[in-house]
Amino acid sequence: MCGIVGLFLKDRTAEPELGALLAGMLRTLCDRGPDSAGFAVYGAAAPGAIKLTIRGPRSFDYDAFVRHLQPGGPALPHVVRDTHLVLTVPLALEADVRAEIAVIPELTVVGSGRRMEIFKEVGRPDRVAERFGLDTMSGTHGIGHTRMATESAVTTDGAHPFTTGADQCLVHNGSLSNHNALRRDLIRAGLSFQTENDTEVAAGYMSWRMRKGDSLEQTLNSSLTALDGFYTFVVGTESGFGVLRDPIACKPAVMAETDRWVAFGTEYRALVDLPGIDTANVWEPVPAKAYLWELH
Amino acid sequence: MRTVDLSQTSLRELNAALHRLRADTNETHWRVLNPRGQHAIAAGVDAPITVEIEGHVGYYCAGMNKEATVVLNGNAGQGVAENMMSGRVHVKGDASQAAGATGCGGLLVVDGNASARCGISMKGIDIVVKGSVGHLSAFMGQAGNLVVLGDAGEALGDSIYEARLFVRGNVESLGADCIEKPLEEHHKAELSKLLEAAGINGAIDPGSFRRYGSARKLYHFHVDNIGSY
Repeated sequence: MCGIVGLFLKDRTAEPELGALLAGMLRTLCDRGPDSAGFAVYGAAAPGAIKLTIRGPRSFDYDAFVRHLQPGGPALPHVVRDTHLVLTVPLALEADVRAEIAVIPELTVVGSGRRMEIFKEVGRPDRVAERFGLDTMSGTHGIGHTRMATESAVTTDGAHPFTTGADQCLVHNGSLSNHNALRRDLIRAGLSFQTENDTEVAAGYMSWRMRKGDSLEQTLNSSLTALDGFYTFVVGTESGFGVLRDPIACKPAVMAETDRWVAFGTEYRALVDLPGIDTANVWEPVPAKAYLWELH
Repeated sequence: MRTVDLSQTSLRELNAALHRLRADTNETHWRVLNPRGQHAIAAGVDAPITVEIEGHVGYYCAGMNKEATVVLNGNAGQGVAENMMSGRVHVKGDASQAAGATGCGGLLVVDGNASARCGISMKGIDIVVKGSVGHLSAFMGQAGNLVVLGDAGEALGDSIYEARLFVRGNVESLGADCIEKPLEEHHKAELSKLLEAAGINGAIDPGSFRRYGSARKLYHFHVDNIGSY
């Protein structure tokens, strides 16, 4: 099973509503994936800075940690959301801050980028979204996932989205059959992986292609030959999102578009509360065809 | 006419009410509002009634239908009219995968496109798709007719038994043991009837279709293969 959703706003005035709309979509798909949930939101960028999303234990004192990073100086801009901390770090300080995080075993950097913030936890998707306050988040686009685990354990690390590059993330419905071989190839090419999960390999493959200079469209097209198995992917990048289904189209997918937004859902039910859905163009994405929407 | 608003009434209540209907019911016309993509709407109806659904539905709408006419003013999710026994299901929008799967009888009409595996394992249903169908349509089709006014995707009729396939547009590829066959006069006569039943009266020349079916090499025992057993 698993459920995936994606929302891309064409109408920039709707940005403050992004989180609330995405939360509604995710909530509907609870019964497709009650094990864990996660989402990535592409919000505002700070000039000359990178946003690190850091995960720690519930009781962790993030405020003390942030004060400790700049003793005596002004604290780095940060937002604590449940178990996660989003820290905005000037690029010049990124290496130092990452080194500080690395020595605290309870903390993990789960994502980074100019705009991407990423949150995931074990639990019912509606409660996970509530804990992180997804309803209040603002942004241009976001993707989300509700997981029914098959290929690896129900852990926070195994929850989607997976990210292996700055501002890049991936949610997946399906299962890959060649992930072990491909993981070995990618490790030889210099990538590192945090889990045994199949989707992380797909995310790693795509990051690797884009690092080599491929566009998102080229990356999705080459994924069709590199990846074997069942998949519907929604991929987020700094400027947009893409959708790809395997050639057999094992997993369901539906899309809708108005002049204000483009949305993806595993089922149409996930889209029914979007404003203007009654007059939206609703269609099923064709298998083995890359769909892309980018900010202009 | 009875109107059921699914934003007020639960899907289970609707389906239970439909299942209670007897063949001689006077409640012959139902209208369903706000389906909002829910699954299995009007599945398992067994009475000569008409159900009109206003909006897009989820999976298995009108599945196992017997006797009823179900008209969907919207798109259908996977498996619309799955295992239909008799009656008529009319999708005014597009249908997702496996439309009419395993259908034993009745008529399924799709005004738009049907995606992959339309008519998979069909067992006597007639399916008329006014648009195109996706890959692996009529896979292992045993009986019935699949009529496609547009194009067919890859591997049409793969491993087909005795279902009959008529396609007016381009066929991307034929599946294993599916071949083109001549379109005889009696096929055209049958096609005319199917098109008429689907509400396409005389607008389309039955002669403009090509016929496909089983080469009968895959599912028949062949004595030359005796050594393999």
